[in-house]
Amino acid sequence: MRMHIDWTRCDGRGLCIELLPELLTRDDWGYPVGRGGSEIAIPQNLESAAHDARALCPTQALSLHG
Amino acid sequence: MTPDQGTTSVRGRIAGPTGVIRLFAAGTADFGSHHAAFGPLPEMDRASLIDELLRSGLDGRGGAGFAAWQKLSSVPADGRHPAIVANGAEGEPLSKKDAALLHNAPHLVIDGLLIAGQSLGARELHLYAGAEQLDPVARALKERGESRIRVHEAPGTFISGEATAVVSAIAGGTPIPRDRTERLTKSGLNGRPTLLHNVETLAHLALISRFGAAWFRSLGTGSAPGTRLVTLSGNAGGPRVYEIPSGMALTDILLSIGIDPHTVQAALVGGYHGTWLAAEQLDAPFSKEGLAPLGARTGAGIIMTLGSGSCGLAATADILGYLARQSARQCGPCTNGLPAIASLVERLAYGDTDGKLPQEIRRLAALVTGRGSCAHPDGTARLASSALMAFGSDVEAHLRGRCEALR
Ligand code: SF4
Ligand code: SF4
Repeated sequence: MRMHIDWTRCDGRGLCIELLPELLTRDDWGYPVGRGGSEIAIPQNLESAAHDARALCPTQALSLHG
Repeated sequence: MTPDQGTTSVRGRIAGPTGVIRLFAAGTADFGSHHAAFGPLPEMDRASLIDELLRSGLDGRGGAGFAAWQKLSSVPADGRHPAIVANGAEGEPLSKKDAALLHNAPHLVIDGLLIAGQSLGARELHLYAGAEQLDPVARALKERGESRIRVHEAPGTFISGEATAVVSAIAGGTPIPRDRTERLTKSGLNGRPTLLHNVETLAHLALISRFGAAWFRSLGTGSAPGTRLVTLSGNAGGPRVYEIPSGMALTDILLSIGIDPHTVQAALVGGYHGTWLAAEQLDAPFSKEGLAPLGARTGAGIIMTLGSGSCGLAATADILGYLARQSARQCGPCTNGLPAIASLVERLAYGDTDGKLPQEIRRLAALVTGRGSCAHPDGTARLASSALMAFGSDVEAHLRGRCEALR
């Protein structure tokens, strides 16, 4: 599974970073940084955390694919 | 060149232009000259067009360089009627080739659009170009009584030609990039499969459809076949547009238009989203394969030379300032990161001797890369990083408080 970040929506308040600290860090301005840039690969053990992040992102910037 | 010199007739049928001047072989923009030079519009079905393009090796001429046949064949043949878009927006300030093409050979672009549309069963054909190109296009359409193509004005912004920005503009929205998780060929204009090609790509498609892949390949190199339009600018003047065989070495391109490579200290290839190459790298072929080892790309066919008396860091700082201002300000890393990179390079260019500047520029360039809805941060980062490499000795000098160019 991968998580797509829609940068046109993300406002960088970092909720997803709290929920997925194994995958995401904060950049200089608060936006999430992860391997893959806009398409973050989600390992199986973090899939449920990724579902939480998608559901809780205040701007609906996250989507999960295949 | 007159049409007669540029073409030969075989058994009453018109053969392809024999010289390097292909796209401009008609000599003038009117439909009569176009028809005399190239003959009637060919009939191509989907399979034969894809096959001919595959064998021709034509790649996209808008910047990304995606294989034309592959893009065309990724439009689903599922009975939906796709939309076809000819993109002539050319927001890149260093590129003038699409404008030159639309002014001098609009009928070839129109042909390409019609051939692609007919072969894919499209019901919607669009041409998107800057305000100054709309008159020659409208004149050409009127001349041939062609009313199926809708023409749209592109604004003069840098990212107006980005594929999702084009689709957004044509749909009546703002011409800024959109987030996408699906290819435009699957879901583009109003959800329809959308094939978007640069106008030069379509003009070549029109010639390949008539004269075949073998004719196309009779110029250029095996991995970079055919001709291409380039825009040259820099210390020797310009911008000027030339049609050249693909895959020529950069130094040969310069020599062929009367520029002594010894007067050139570096060249920016691929445009503002491109890569600076130092003088000793300029024997590389101007093609995808030739430039790849140097981390560079042809982009939209752009070469800007920098004369020996100019400071490459200052030139880069100016371009980065422009690019930062051209961010559509939708995406955090782009909105914040690009001005930050631009200001660091400006400090390095104009007197700040803080030794940490190069490292910080590299860090931010890596940080923004891949983190926008379009490739604007990636291209801007590429330019900044390449300047640090190509102008390595200037960086050293600047950090010691001197500028080598302005000595
Ligand atoms: S939770 Fe949503 S808005 Fe907040 S940083 Fe993550 S993606 Fe951006
Ligand atoms: S990356 Fe920059 S230019 Fe591209 S859509 Fe986002 S804000 Fe706009």
